[in-house]
Amino acid sequence: MIALSDYLILSSIVFCIGLAGIFINRTNIIMLLMCVELILAAVNTNFIAFSYFSGDIAGQIFVFFILTVAAAEVAIGLAILTLMFRSRGSIDIDVTSTLKG
Amino acid sequence: MEFTSVLFYIFSFFFVTSAVMMITARNTAKAALLLILTFFSAASLWLLLEAEFLAITLILIYVGAVMVLFMFVIKMLDTDKSTLRAQFTRYLPLGIFVSIVVIAQMVLVLNAGQFDLEVIGVPERHDASYSNITAIAEQLYTVYVYPFELAAILLLIAIIAAITLVHRNQVRSKKQNISEQVNVQAQDRLRFASIKPKSSKESK
Repeated sequence: MIALSDYLILSSIVFCIGLAGIFINRTNIIMLLMCVELILAAVNTNFIAFSYFSGDIAGQIFVFFILTVAAAEVAIGLAILTLMFRSRGSIDIDVTSTLKG
Repeated sequence: MEFTSVLFYIFSFFFVTSAVMMITARNTAKAALLLILTFFSAASLWLLLEAEFLAITLILIYVGAVMVLFMFVIKMLDTDKSTLRAQFTRYLPLGIFVSIVVIAQMVLVLNAGQFDLEVIGVPERHDASYSNITAIAEQLYTVYVYPFELAAILLLIAIIAAITLVHRNQVRSKKQNISEQVNVQAQDRLRFASIKPKSSKESK
């Protein structure tokens, strides 16, 4: 039988993979957004594991709201990305330094 | 070893492996496809945890809508610039170091025994008549009804924001400009054209 700690360790491993992805892909905004999705999937796994092992459905409802917010975040993030590509011709994060003094 | 344990290890293997392949992929489109595999593995793990509704939701919304949106944007934009890959190895040691330290800390904390099956107890499997969707809906439409409506408003705002951001011709409201109407001069709108009337003989 799989214990709760196994699920928690698995989700922390995937969380750290997403974190490392943000570190190593820091110039590509699309990859950054996808790494955030990976982190959210790990966090959701954590919530659902706690919900199952404590017999409380509230964790699953919280995951439902996280999915909603993440979908809205992706929609607006990709819209901003399209705007940025239209005005600068690149999605390199180092190009966006116009606000630097 | 139980059958569900075998399934857990298989799905976790795919979960972790596809995540690692995703963050190290050279091609962004390939990374998106590997992220889809990651979501499928996560959904399978959620099925093992009896969260059927969320597992289906993850596949329908994430794979069906969000990742398709990602693929659209990846294919529309030119993402194969070589500058994007230039700094790939520069932060690789730091990323690996931070991840390993965090994973080691989490394993040390989580494996201390407070989350073992003997401590928190083995949850009972529900029988076939149990419906996960009913259980979620009973809570969602009673206790969490206001957050649920707020989530709907949030999605509406996201739709409006995304459309107004990307729309090429900015949508302007049609309203009157009173001072412009008052200050208008006759020569702005009125044009006198001198047209000589044709005689009836020429027209024949």
